[in-house]
Amino acid sequence: MHIPDGYLGPATCGFFYLIMFPIWTAASRIVKKTFNARQVPLLAIGAAFSFVIMMLNVPIPGGTTGHAVGGVLVAILLGPWAACIAITVALVIQALLFGDGGITAIGANCFNMAFVLPFAGYYIYKAVSWNTPVNSSRKIFAAGLAGYIGINLAAFLAGVEFGLQPLLHHTASGQVLYCPYGLNVAVPVMLGEHLLIFGWVEAIVTALVIKYLQKNSPELLTQEGLNL
Amino acid sequence: MKITTKFWIGLSALVVLSPLGLLLPEHFKAGSAWGEWGVDEIRELVGYIPKGLGKLSTFWSAPIPDYAFKGWEGKPIVVLSFAYILSAVIGILLCVGVVLILGKFLSRKD
Repeated sequence: MHIPDGYLGPATCGFFYLIMFPIWTAASRIVKKTFNARQVPLLAIGAAFSFVIMMLNVPIPGGTTGHAVGGVLVAILLGPWAACIAITVALVIQALLFGDGGITAIGANCFNMAFVLPFAGYYIYKAVSWNTPVNSSRKIFAAGLAGYIGINLAAFLAGVEFGLQPLLHHTASGQVLYCPYGLNVAVPVMLGEHLLIFGWVEAIVTALVIKYLQKNSPELLTQEGLNL
Repeated sequence: MKITTKFWIGLSALVVLSPLGLLLPEHFKAGSAWGEWGVDEIRELVGYIPKGLGKLSTFWSAPIPDYAFKGWEGKPIVVLSFAYILSAVIGILLCVGVVLILGKFLSRKD
């Protein structure tokens, strides 16, 4: 889901940078208010976790590859604003150092994976696990569902961003300038592969870690983990 | 054991397992992620390289492209796995370093 340089035209790239600046600003303000210095290492672990889980490519035999983002788990534990910062750090390092995702597409990639994914996942988890005791199995289910829907929303948006390019940018003779595939291909492929395979990876990772924490560190699941 | 210590152990395990992200796609003959093709693959798929894509694709030259060191293309998969692990370690150290520095500014002092 890391859109590379060259697949999105300048209008789309600029648009998502413009959307992300106020989100990054708000995230910084809110984290500054709610985090104390002792909790910063947890944020660092969140960024590192998201970074490395995105390296674990899962294959569709004979087809494409994909991966989990880990962002819904970070959002459940640290809150969506902190998750936004942690995932942004991971995505920027992946783009700058490893060429995974484009520099021009950082705005779009962060919108999909560092904003929509953690926020959607966080609120789905909160809604489904509302008023349940810390050791309830509904919390595990809520975490899995949140992971599944969060990553699929992000994949859907990436598909829309890819798919709009032939409409937005083409030559007079009809040759495309950026991503060559339209909405009719990009959206079903991006969404389909995540609904079928990669979404389940995010769901299982999120649910398993929440299950582990219920046993080993339930205090992390009560106050968003902010009172360590 | 503190939960943060357990998290670090978990992260280390993920680093050791990270080459699976290279080996499994290779074993199951899976290609690039959808929409993340290089220009040569694009030419094969579409028949030509879209003009803007060709231009922008060279916008940035990453120092460790695709978690492998430059000039290591075609090396045996064991060597590439080693580069992958090293990339994971470098990436994690950078994530931690950047967040710790950001955290100086983005946290309360109490």
